[in-house]
Amino acid sequence: MEKHKKYNTEVTGAEAVILALLDENVTDVFGYPGGAIMPVYDALYDYMDRLNHYLVRHEQGATHAAQGYSRVSGKPGIVFATSGPGATNLITGIADAQIDSTPMVCITGQVHSHLLGTDAFQETDVVGISMPVTKWNIQVTKAEDIAPAIAKAFYIATTGRPGPVLVDITKDAQFGKTKYKHEKCESIRSYFPCPKVNEEEVNAAAELINNAKRPYILCGHGVLLSGAEKQLLALAEKADIPVASTLLGLSAFPPTHPLYVGYLGMHGNYGPNYLTNECDVLIAIGMRFDDRVTGNVSKYAKQAKVVHFEIDPSEINKIIHADAAVMGDAKESLDLLLPKIKSQKRTEWLKRFADCNDVEFEKVIKEAINPNSEKLRMAEVIHKFHNISNGNAIVVTDVGQHQMITSRYYKSNIPNHFVTSGGLGTMGFGLPAAIGAKVAQPNKEVVTVIGDGGFQMTIQELGTIMQSDIAVKIIILNNNFLGMVRQWQQLFFDRRYSFTEMKNPDFITIAKGYGIKGKKVTERANLEDALKEMYESKQAFLLEVVVENEENVFPMVATGASVSEITLE
Amino acid sequence: MNQTYTISIFTEDIIGLLNRVTIIFTRRHINIESITASESEVKGIYRYTIVVTVSEEQVQKLVKQIDKQIEVLKAFYHLNSEIISKELALYKISAEALNENELFTRIVNQNHAKILSISPDYIVVEKTGDEREILHLFYDLEKFGMLEFVRSGRVAITKPMKTLTSYLKELENKNKTTVKHFNN
Ligand SMILES: Cc1ncc(C[n+]2csc(CCOP(=O)(O)OP(=O)(O)O)c2C)c(N)n1
Repeated sequence: MEKHKKYNTEVTGAEAVILALLDENVTDVFGYPGGAIMPVYDALYDYMDRLNHYLVRHEQGATHAAQGYSRVSGKPGIVFATSGPGATNLITGIADAQIDSTPMVCITGQVHSHLLGTDAFQETDVVGISMPVTKWNIQVTKAEDIAPAIAKAFYIATTGRPGPVLVDITKDAQFGKTKYKHEKCESIRSYFPCPKVNEEEVNAAAELINNAKRPYILCGHGVLLSGAEKQLLALAEKADIPVASTLLGLSAFPPTHPLYVGYLGMHGNYGPNYLTNECDVLIAIGMRFDDRVTGNVSKYAKQAKVVHFEIDPSEINKIIHADAAVMGDAKESLDLLLPKIKSQKRTEWLKRFADCNDVEFEKVIKEAINPNSEKLRMAEVIHKFHNISNGNAIVVTDVGQHQMITSRYYKSNIPNHFVTSGGLGTMGFGLPAAIGAKVAQPNKEVVTVIGDGGFQMTIQELGTIMQSDIAVKIIILNNNFLGMVRQWQQLFFDRRYSFTEMKNPDFITIAKGYGIKGKKVTERANLEDALKEMYESKQAFLLEVVVENEENVFPMVATGASVSEITLE
Repeated sequence: MNQTYTISIFTEDIIGLLNRVTIIFTRRHINIESITASESEVKGIYRYTIVVTVSEEQVQKLVKQIDKQIEVLKAFYHLNSEIISKELALYKISAEALNENELFTRIVNQNHAKILSISPDYIVVEKTGDEREILHLFYDLEKFGMLEFVRSGRVAITKPMKTLTSYLKELENKNKTTVKHFNN
């Protein structure tokens, strides 16, 4: 369909917003109207056939939906909100997108420019408030500045290390007239999104890798962002290097591959954590050594030389010193690296991981997926769900124990099919992010796994599902506790369960109120059928699974402990 | 080891950018000892000069975070030995100092300071120098009754450095290499 024919015609600033979005190939927007953004919504009314707008139930929901959309499509997520409370409601989602490098363009309405700074009705300084959590932001007060600002916003959000940007547009700028012209932004003189890969840096990395006896690859989100999955696989296979993934890197490396050793972090797998302190060369690709991955940094991989592939120069040496740093896009860097890498076999080193895996299987996994307990356990639910979906669903998690269990037991086969809030750990992320993911990938099954606590943080988005008929599947793992916090209270605060017990509503009735089919499972015997019914449903479906109240997630690297001090029970 | 570093930041002329830069310090709980901002020798490009006392590792990380801001052209850091710097101070003292005119004039002269204005109630003295010299004069003049004292931030010129214009050329070339968009 033709996007529009408005070049060089006079339009309002509000219409320029819509036209600029169309010119950036935007097809979907998540938002919520209000006074200061009404002109934009009015302009949108004429473009409903070209631009799908999803009316969320809270602006935070719009940001997470935009994040989910982006994470599974690679396109930036777009958000509309009004000034004041509408704009401040975006902050959590923007912060989440910033720390998890997710491209997002937020457009907020602002009071008339002559009212700026007067404490006018619904005036907040959203540019000031969002400054620390955006990659870039700008306030626009003239209609003619709108199209260039939006072009710049898209360029910044989607290049280099992606991130959220915010364009705040005063109401008079939206009402003002301008000749519409869109020029794609292709460079900014003060911004170098993608350092050109330096051959010498690649040589230094290759030398370390070729001389390594026990090299070990840590694969992060950057691999997915850069689309370097094939290159990573080729590198691992050529030099026979074990690969572990960060939480955000999950799905970048095939989980069934013999070189895949598991997942890193506080509740990651045993071998990947433990053997970090035995490798001789640590190859970090598109990851930033988050403290959930490193545990105690002063006892992290001290014996190893570190090779760091990274697009953001400020990440080099930020947490862990790099003996060889290759700055640039991961795919480009690995393409240059591959021909310099010698083919080798590392049977003994790989066996160490296999042995650790056996230990973890015996001590943790076997019982978790096939428990003797009377009540259901989270891991068996996820394990069964994995088998039913063959690891092919788009899985979106919320934050808590169920998140850690899902990242451990769901093995995502397809890149960008695992979506979670990592850096910020935002409860309430799951449901709206799943909505966004389903909008971006309507032909894929999107299943979100949520705790009873987190579900109630953005439960109102059931309304979005209802109104826009979005076939998202929801699994609530209900332990009637804020489980992750309760686990810490049990382990580190003497079982003093201060405000972590939840009295929950009847989730199935609530779903019914929104016209969403639901089912509650308490018995093991009914689990498999219920999961199938949920997965095969053509419409949205809410499956509540009542699980063990006081289950703990293991293994665990306790705060302050070293990765090699990971405990299994 | 903590040392005094002078950070020079070249930026586009953008509302709010200074705020973006100072947030980087606040977030890490690092105190800005002095800050100045003005247009540089190139029109439209601003120069911020920020003084902090931190470790070399900290200043390296700070500068990388500053550099990461979209509209920052480039940030540098230097030790005191690598720059020539000055501050300006104004001292307003009670006109009673003239009662001890000889001593007062000697202090002003010895400190290479200058009398800017004299009125029936007060005298204004001006001094350029480094922080130590400026404080030295402060203590010397204090006995006459200090009514007001103000110090500018540090302005600094680095000893070895590329000229800004040659650096800008370099940036232009850097941007000519094609940029990969995340979504294609
Ligand atoms: C917005 C927000 N508030 C508080 C927390 C702290 N927090 C982390 S996990 C957790 C408990 C989550 O409980 P629930 O959603 O029931 O999931 P479970 O851990 O039981 O699987 C809490 C409160 C958070 N991550 N995000």
